[in-house]
Amino acid sequence: MSGNNMLSGKVWKFGDNINTDLMLPGPYLFRGEAEQAGAVFMNHRPGWLAEMKPGDAIIGGFNYGMGSSRPAARSLRNCGVGFLLAESINGLFLRNCVNYGFRAFECPGVTQAFEEGDRAELIIEEWTVRNARTGQALAVSKLPKMLLDMMLGGGIFPMLEAQGLIALKTAG
Amino acid sequence: MGMTITEKILSRASGGSHVKPGDVAVVDVETAVLMDMTFLPEGWREVLKLHDKSKVAIVFDHLVPAPTIQAAMAQRAGRLFAEKFGIERLHDVGPDQGIAHAVVADRGYALPGTVLVNGDSHTCAAGAFNCAARGVGGPDMLFAITTGTTWFRVGETIRYDFTGKLRPGVSAKDIFLFIAGEYGAHVNQNIEYGGPGMSSISLNGRRTLATMGTELSAEFVIFEPDDALLDYMHRVNPGATMHPTLPDADAVYKERRTIDLGSLEPLVALPDAVVNNSVKISAVAGQKIDQAFVGSCANGTLDDMAVVAKVLAGRKVAKGTRFIVTPGTQAIFRAALKAGYIETIMEAGAVVTPATCGACIGGHMGLLGPDEVCITASTRNFKGRMGDPSARIFMGSPATVAASALAGAITHPGAFFEGDAA
Repeated sequence: MSGNNMLSGKVWKFGDNINTDLMLPGPYLFRGEAEQAGAVFMNHRPGWLAEMKPGDAIIGGFNYGMGSSRPAARSLRNCGVGFLLAESINGLFLRNCVNYGFRAFECPGVTQAFEEGDRAELIIEEWTVRNARTGQALAVSKLPKMLLDMMLGGGIFPMLEAQGLIALKTAG
Repeated sequence: MGMTITEKILSRASGGSHVKPGDVAVVDVETAVLMDMTFLPEGWREVLKLHDKSKVAIVFDHLVPAPTIQAAMAQRAGRLFAEKFGIERLHDVGPDQGIAHAVVADRGYALPGTVLVNGDSHTCAAGAFNCAARGVGGPDMLFAITTGTTWFRVGETIRYDFTGKLRPGVSAKDIFLFIAGEYGAHVNQNIEYGGPGMSSISLNGRRTLATMGTELSAEFVIFEPDDALLDYMHRVNPGATMHPTLPDADAVYKERRTIDLGSLEPLVALPDAVVNNSVKISAVAGQKIDQAFVGSCANGTLDDMAVVAKVLAGRKVAKGTRFIVTPGTQAIFRAALKAGYIETIMEAGAVVTPATCGACIGGHMGLLGPDEVCITASTRNFKGRMGDPSARIFMGSPATVAASALAGAITHPGAFFEGDAA
């Protein structure tokens, strides 16, 4: 496996149907980005934020990110999650992963292939992920180029800025 | 190969290409609805060029009237944006305000056969109007209003054919609870509702069912158009260009399921999850409740106000139980007032609030304290959704919620509908 393009993260496993309220609790909806990032999974898995380290990976089950359109993907990006792999990803959550430049991909079989604490090595260019402990490699579902470019390019804002459609700074 | 309703609308909106499951379709947006949360300083950016102001509507709904300075700032940003570009469809605090999906319904903004987006997840509510409507992210809204387009990953479609007719006391919410319990999530799939029994469901009932499609994790949720829909649209949005869209006779579905409406009964979803969590009311009857709620984009329609009033008429909410009722829009509130529903509901001891997402999102009123129990006719029963995470939230129809509020415990509403014509 070649070095530069590989993302390597310690695995934290979450189950099926993880909803966006769990990642971004309602009372934090109108708070700032930093406060929101400090509330990720605060009710669902208290203490997790203190344990995880930047670059770590979340492995989710079926329908990851179900629920509301709130920017939970931005919170995962901001709290330092390196990437997310799930059996399936909710359509609206995937949109927000693209929108906010957070790396998230579907990967059937990923729940079985990884135990918590394993190291996941993801090479997006090759659409594969490997378990460093077992050596098992899995295929990651390809994302269409248009969406991948937006996701890896930092999301929608940099693109609209470059086209002169929105201003660089927030209004109001 | 024939196309489903969703595929036909997306094909049309993408310039006539033939989209199919697995494609990413880039489509023209006919209607872009911006709500108060979209204008939060953290997510909003100053727009330099707007694609087409006539395609934009602004509705303040999540925190209205503003309970915090942040909410007030978001709404101010929305007003300034409307003023800067001369956007006429601004539904600010006042007589035309309401929950965005309900305002869209009241005003006929969701045009059959077109694409509508909103940065709120329950946007598929507009699927009741044969509109390809989808909740998107906040940044998607900036993309849509500046470029006039958006993208969708096209999924396969599950088709539901309704036969028969609901029995008295059974509502669209119960159809949803049946589908959620029987079939679970529809991740990455579209839902198409039709069949010979579809037209027996009122437009408001279809709105409930379409709205709740979000909770099935569906992409698009679309009803076939019928005379009731087109008559309504011509009345509330005369002159608008519509493209009512039926599926092709040889449309390809992932699966086709038939539901006999006459066989359904009131159901309740247990706390913490909406899908795969429905039980018969007898399984939880007698469960004590602290709060009951009817409202939200799913159950704030005039039909919902009518059924609550019917159950409450001449009776009293149980001592120790709080019953909160939130009409979906101020226009619905006024209609319910004129019809006498509000007086009946308030005489019974319930609290009627202005139109806002309110208790459904654990917003600025009606929150639950630790270990409290609530039964709600709204959109979600997720842990912590309506307040403290230790609170338990059951979900039922407005009739079930109202009957439960009277008893102070979860109650089957059947007794209130005995003798009603089917």
